[in-house]
Amino acid sequence: MADHSEHHIVPRRVYYLVFITLIVMTWVTAIVSTIDLGRLNVFVALSIAIFKASLVILFFMHVKYGTKLTKMIVLAGLYWLILLLFIAMADLWTRGWMGVPGR
Amino acid sequence: MASHTVPHEPAPQEAVTLKHHFANEEQQKDASTIGMWVFLVTEIMFFGGLFLAYFAYRQEYPAAFASASNKTNLWLGAANTTVLICSSLTMALAVNAASLGKRKLLVLFLILTLMLGGAFLGVKAYEYHDKWVHHEVPGAHFDCEGCDDAGHAPLFFSLYFGMTGLHATHMLVGFVILVILIAQSAKGKYTAKWYTPIEMFGLYWHFVDIVWIFLFPLLYLIDRSKMGLK
Repeated sequence: MADHSEHHIVPRRVYYLVFITLIVMTWVTAIVSTIDLGRLNVFVALSIAIFKASLVILFFMHVKYGTKLTKMIVLAGLYWLILLLFIAMADLWTRGWMGVPGR
Repeated sequence: MASHTVPHEPAPQEAVTLKHHFANEEQQKDASTIGMWVFLVTEIMFFGGLFLAYFAYRQEYPAAFASASNKTNLWLGAANTTVLICSSLTMALAVNAASLGKRKLLVLFLILTLMLGGAFLGVKAYEYHDKWVHHEVPGAHFDCEGCDDAGHAPLFFSLYFGMTGLHATHMLVGFVILVILIAQSAKGKYTAKWYTPIEMFGLYWHFVDIVWIFLFPLLYLIDRSKMGLK
């Protein structure tokens, strides 16, 4: 863990900036949801959520200033979550693509 | 330990807070951080199962999910998200105050975090009550008025109550820990040199915030504009 020599105190200005961004994005996503963008609605809502979550993880949870091992554990967790969601959903999304004999 | 072996000169925290199996304070703190993150990863997978259930059933019954999710109150949800983000800010500021050794400020920010969390659950309780009154709780009296594919609407509400309920349970656990931390902080247990429990609880609290950051669009937002489409 030699990659992290002095423990880091994040300036409060960073917290305030992240906070304001989170609040603004919350109301942006709420208002955009009332406008019909077709399939883009889901895309916009989830992109904003991922952006907000990334800000919380990097700055409020100090992962940006954390050790490489902490970063790896976070990424490994997200990787397994993506496996869980995408492999299961890939099954549901593609079931209709081919006719199944006998059904 | 016999008293004559303990010299009085070094800072008392050092002797108390550094466990003998760690080389130094930094290694001890890194170990705590990594342990906490491993726990949070198990929490990600725990909620992940519910998120998968949501995505899978939404894929199967889009009409039921679209009309049922429009029964949620968008502006109340957005206001409550704002409250929760405020509590995340006060928690981040609490950790900051602890790291600077500002005891009174630490206690103040922890109390603010608790109060904002309480406000969030208060609004949540109001929303639950509203759903109960309107027969939107799955069960014998369920009645989704004007819903498309109403037979599958209880699936949405089951997931709504399951996911927000599990989230609220996490907040209640957080309240208990917060009360303990407030009492300990007031007594001066945490110093600029050692405040690891405050920082680890901060990670937990922000994690709970992140879960809500995803629950809000999924339960309140993504089918909102389909209301007129039918």
